Amino acid sequence: MSDATTTRIEREITDNTVMLYMKGNPRFPQCGFSARVVQILTHLGVQFGSANVLEDASLREGIKQFSNWPTVPQLYVKGEFIGGCDIVTEMFQSGELETLLAEKGVPHSASA
Amino acid sequence: MAMSAAEIETLIRAALPDARVSVEDLAGDGDHYAAQIVSESFRGRSRIQQHQMVFQALGGRMGGALHALALKTSVPDEET
Repeated sequence: MSDATTTRIEREITDNTVMLYMKGNPRFPQCGFSARVVQILTHLGVQFGSANVLEDASLREGIKQFSNWPTVPQLYVKGEFIGGCDIVTEMFQSGELETLLAEKGVPHSASA
Repeated sequence: MAMSAAEIETLIRAALPDARVSVEDLAGDGDHYAAQIVSESFRGRSRIQQHQMVFQALGGRMGGALHALALKTSVPDEET
């Protein structure tokens, strides 16, 4: 992975409180797993930044190395890697994701 | 390049001998799987670490030959 890619990722996960690496963009996800994470974040009323790995081959490979995680989507909160689609879904269903957002002081809508 | 459910199970059992593994072929196309893995070796580890152990067992196939494998990992007494 090039230094430029590392620097880019480090900047993005610092500048964006919640940062999602995904296939496609939040309006038009190009993969069901990415779509699900977007749906969860939207449901929780979380503002998030995103990057489309399909538009940048070096990012697509780089993010896998950076996180030591072989698949996309990947969610970062306050610079910390939270997980991929399965973990985010599990945490959402158990309420852990909301707890984590609250603990990290990330604005979101309260659950109904 | 698709893998069979049996191959996935074999690789996971080889790395985590105590594991109870069930692999379901979600779409019947040999390309979209869901695996539930229960192993004592997950104890005390975060979900990220547990999943990384499974990725390691799959020897780099995840994200490559294995396009879609939904994972659920747990230790024996906290199964859902």
